[in-house]
Amino acid sequence: MKPAPFGYADPTTVEEALDVLSSEGEGAKVLAGGQSLLPLLSMRLAAPTTLVDINRLPGLDFIEAGRDGVRVGALVRHAALLASVEAAGVQPLLTRATANVAHPAIRNRGTTVGSIVHADPSGEMTSVLALTDGSVTVATPGGPTTIGWREFFVGPLETSVHGPAVVLDAFFPALPARSGTAFAEVARRKGDYAVCGAGVVVTVDDDLRITAARAAYLSVGLVPEVHDLTEAVAGRTVDSADWAAAGALARGLVDPDGDLHASADYRRLLVATLTERTLADAGAEAVRRALEAS
Amino acid sequence: MTVDLERTISVTVNGVPREATVPVRRLLSDALRHELGLTGTHVGCEHGVCGSCTVLVEGVPVRSCLMLAVQVDGQSVTTVEGLSRSNHQGGQVLHPVQESFRECHALQCGFCTPGLLTTIAAGLDARRAAGRDTVEITAEEVDELVGGNLCRCTGYANIKKACRHAAETMRAETMRAAAAR
Repeated sequence: MKPAPFGYADPTTVEEALDVLSSEGEGAKVLAGGQSLLPLLSMRLAAPTTLVDINRLPGLDFIEAGRDGVRVGALVRHAALLASVEAAGVQPLLTRATANVAHPAIRNRGTTVGSIVHADPSGEMTSVLALTDGSVTVATPGGPTTIGWREFFVGPLETSVHGPAVVLDAFFPALPARSGTAFAEVARRKGDYAVCGAGVVVTVDDDLRITAARAAYLSVGLVPEVHDLTEAVAGRTVDSADWAAAGALARGLVDPDGDLHASADYRRLLVATLTERTLADAGAEAVRRALEAS
Repeated sequence: MTVDLERTISVTVNGVPREATVPVRRLLSDALRHELGLTGTHVGCEHGVCGSCTVLVEGVPVRSCLMLAVQVDGQSVTTVEGLSRSNHQGGQVLHPVQESFRECHALQCGFCTPGLLTTIAAGLDARRAAGRDTVEITAEEVDELVGGNLCRCTGYANIKKACRHAAETMRAETMRAAAAR
């Protein structure tokens, strides 16, 4: 349970970081919060030759909450995002999902961007990036590029970024008008990985009839998935909507694997139940926000 | 940019400046125990699940098994050995949380205790710093305080009792200080 030997560099500029990543080649790995990476090293599931610690890079510990959305820098800890009233005001899913990330001690050190780059389909923030149709900014030797979530997530623990690169920030678009969100998960222990989780967004029109219902799930696929459930509830009011029908629709759309902790069938059941519950909450919130705005 | 296999780090541990030369792969938990001789920090699961190794880095609880020793270079670390305070008469007084653990019998084998003490102490100190220590602690707050630490002996009943007892002690302290002013 000790990491295999590796070399360590802690650059103080992004250029320096890219230089050392370039010269160290394939075996080099970026270290940010380390709350997922260090267990992998200790269990020897990963053995990078070099760790490039980005914790001393300046200017990456920022949360920018604007009209369009929330930009979260690579060194923002989960705890800081959870405490950000400004971020919650622009995109409430950020706070709701982050509250489910592990325990306070892990949230004090782990970073939001790091958990996205880790690309674990059971991670909360990967699903939120997908559900909000977000993107990441990546520094490469050729300059910074922006990559949307669909292109970014390739497989479990795998992203489309190869070669020397440092993800500088993640951008989560704002919650649209007359919309509400909800997030819930089922875990075997408080703060443990979700057996299944769901984040949802519901939008209503000026007559308070549902125009959109979308959901993203945790621990049900190889990459984060977003499913459009609008057809099950479109045109209905929040009170008359058949949320169970939307849950049933979702159940048919997902294709989870079974494992030691939950069979595939049980996960599908959880998808239906969590979808029904979260949609009802998000719908009620959408109406509240629509009435407040009018 | 150099890539190192070994580094000499300077860390303020429990208020005392310390130096150590460590391989860069050394976990903070191991550096505290082996290089610095502070065996109060217990190493349980070594992958961030059990919480026994929780220490405070710059006053904030973190898992010391999920940090490299080189990462705390230039920073301050508080371990369970550093929770007690001077009584200004040449002795030490326990933190209210430590006192409450004794009072409420909140430990049996004691393996998880250092992690619980550092986590709860930091949580209650943060409550006080935010001016919320005059409000009675809620059951949800207590659950959140202890939820990240595994205890296989107690069933948590007395640990939670100790949390409430410590919060109450600190509340009484603050009220007394306010009344005295």
